[in-house]
Amino acid sequence: MNKPSLSTRLTDPRTLPLLITLGLFLLMFGYGSVAYRGFFSAQVFCNLFIDNAFLLIVAIGMTFVVISGGIDLSVGGLVAVTTMISATLVQSHHWPIWVVTPLVLLLGALFGAFQGVLIQYFRLQPFIVTLGGLFLTRGLCFLINIESITISDPAYTAVSEFRLHLPYADISANVLIAAVVFIGAVWLGHYSEFGRVVYAIGGSERSALLMGLPVARTKVLVYTLSGFCAALGGVTFTFYMLSGYGLHAQGMELDAIAATVIGGTLLTGGVGYVTGTLFGVLILGVIQTLITFDGTLSSWWTRIVIGALLCVFCVLQRLLDSHASKRRTGRAAVGKTVAPAVAAGDATPAELVAHGQ
Amino acid sequence: MNTATTEATGWHKALVRHPLFLPVLTLLVLLLVNRAFNAHFFHIENKDGHLFGSLIDILNRASPLALVALGMTPVIATRGVDVSVGAIVAISAATAAVLIGGQMHIVNGVEVYVSNVPLPVAIAGALAVGLLCGLWNGALVAYVGMQPIIATLILMVAGRGIAQLLTAGQIITIYYQPYFFLGAGFLGGLPFALYIVAAVGVVLWFFTQRTALGLFVTAIGINPTASYFAGIKARAIMLCVYGFSGLMAGAAGLIISSNVKSADGNNAGLLMELDAILAVTLGGTSLAGGRFSLVGSLIGALIIQTLTYTTYSIGVPPEANLVVKAVVVFIVCVVQSEPMRKLIIRDPILQGASR
Repeated sequence: MNKPSLSTRLTDPRTLPLLITLGLFLLMFGYGSVAYRGFFSAQVFCNLFIDNAFLLIVAIGMTFVVISGGIDLSVGGLVAVTTMISATLVQSHHWPIWVVTPLVLLLGALFGAFQGVLIQYFRLQPFIVTLGGLFLTRGLCFLINIESITISDPAYTAVSEFRLHLPYADISANVLIAAVVFIGAVWLGHYSEFGRVVYAIGGSERSALLMGLPVARTKVLVYTLSGFCAALGGVTFTFYMLSGYGLHAQGMELDAIAATVIGGTLLTGGVGYVTGTLFGVLILGVIQTLITFDGTLSSWWTRIVIGALLCVFCVLQRLLDSHASKRRTGRAAVGKTVAPAVAAGDATPAELVAHGQ
Repeated sequence: MNTATTEATGWHKALVRHPLFLPVLTLLVLLLVNRAFNAHFFHIENKDGHLFGSLIDILNRASPLALVALGMTPVIATRGVDVSVGAIVAISAATAAVLIGGQMHIVNGVEVYVSNVPLPVAIAGALAVGLLCGLWNGALVAYVGMQPIIATLILMVAGRGIAQLLTAGQIITIYYQPYFFLGAGFLGGLPFALYIVAAVGVVLWFFTQRTALGLFVTAIGINPTASYFAGIKARAIMLCVYGFSGLMAGAAGLIISSNVKSADGNNAGLLMELDAILAVTLGGTSLAGGRFSLVGSLIGALIIQTLTYTTYSIGVPPEANLVVKAVVVFIVCVVQSEPMRKLIIRDPILQGASR
């Protein structure tokens, strides 16, 4: 048993993207600190968490789905419908917060489980099922109400205005919720049996099945978890906005996927860290903060920068991946590497072309 | 029910097993539902040499989606997907609007329209931008080796930003009258957009059915490795396929912007990628690649447009449209799914083949 040295561990294709993300975040934050007055402060740093707590929660659910080799496009709609249901129940029916919150969380988890069952037992593509989920949830929002509903319930405003005073900065209740979710997710991903099965399924579903792992149950649970996280994201979003609206969280599924990918999770499944997703979210947050501090740039630059970053990270993943597979198998063993890829049926033509050269 | 299926004669089985059976059936059911609610639904009127009626309206409004779906079909046949088409629609519409711009001058009480650049240049420019976007996607998929959904996700995220950049964040109104012919003009009694769809359909049909291209595309979809070793230039074909999808999205952007006489970076082509994928799936093209049907995609686009029309005409609030679409997605997907097929069609050959 020889332990890999630190340098090999750091350049491991599984950790390198995470390190690059961390470096990029520090670089961007450092740039902001030098370029703009008042940028370098504990409060600006904490605001990254306050403004993106809901995204972090949603992205954590997404991370598990992506590691399992799937994708969940319904999360944005689920966040919106959660804000909508909460707002309607609280404002029109005067339900107390401690009834509404568990109810919407349960609904979110059930919806996720429904999608998981369709994906697992009807052999449907996750992409299509969750796309349908996105249509359904967005549509439900507008069936409930077309207008935006403002929440004036004292319990909700109290949670929304709650601030925990730290030495140099304040954080909101959302940040505390996100922190709990984050710690829970790290435990779930890296220290629980569930997490190990998720990684195994993402690595190779067939192998996981042959190993006798509970593939079907875990896949349904992964989507249930994502639905639950989206609903919890919706609850925190309700605290953040104090309103319910069908157009809330438009495109959040993309932000969540972007954060996951920028955080070093491979979209082919099997590789990824919840911590990476945290830094992915922070990078998205810091881009927005930089643009706000600049003042002259328009908000649509955010989308372009996120797109460019996504592109850079995906290219990087490809480079690392092909480098790693070359190192693993050697250039001579082309036939050997291609054959299993054919059997699994998941190699892209370009991958094969790369192997062939 | 079991005895009925076993007693069914050969042509029954052939009909049920035909790939276009479900899409056509769905469309027919939808049309009949409409007929039940509206006695004049199938009525087509001739006004000043232009045909009018619900059916013509549905055909006309389905044309941008049909174009995008036609572009998406070969992409999905290669086991890919292009989620950036909505953003490309926005970019191309923005390009066209910026190039045409168009001012209205009133000279001696007569309205005179002036465009920034000649109309053909503007159209070519918008199409070229669409093609360029598609080629970018194709390059990422074929040469960098990204997963299609991720490669196109990049442009989906950044594309709306780019469209906003082109229009400087404004909704640009187009004032150039001849441009409106693209989306609202009539030729020989039928909407002009239909001719565009028909032309694209025929060209695509020719290339996929009468040349080896269709075979190559399906081969890549069925088994990329085998097709590579069989000597198919997978990279070049994938580049073409994504380029074509971008071009079609560009064309749809032209028609849409011409129809609404403006370009809106935020909302042009919103959720269009989802509609297009849905149309292609409804048409019987497998998302797992290797099998595609152009006619199916056209029927799929018509199903979606008819569905939209139905929800409006039977008095369901427009907001419920998304819910109806979602329910249809779920039903169609579940019915098309393998476990369900095995359950419905107890056919040893089909069961054996699917294993």
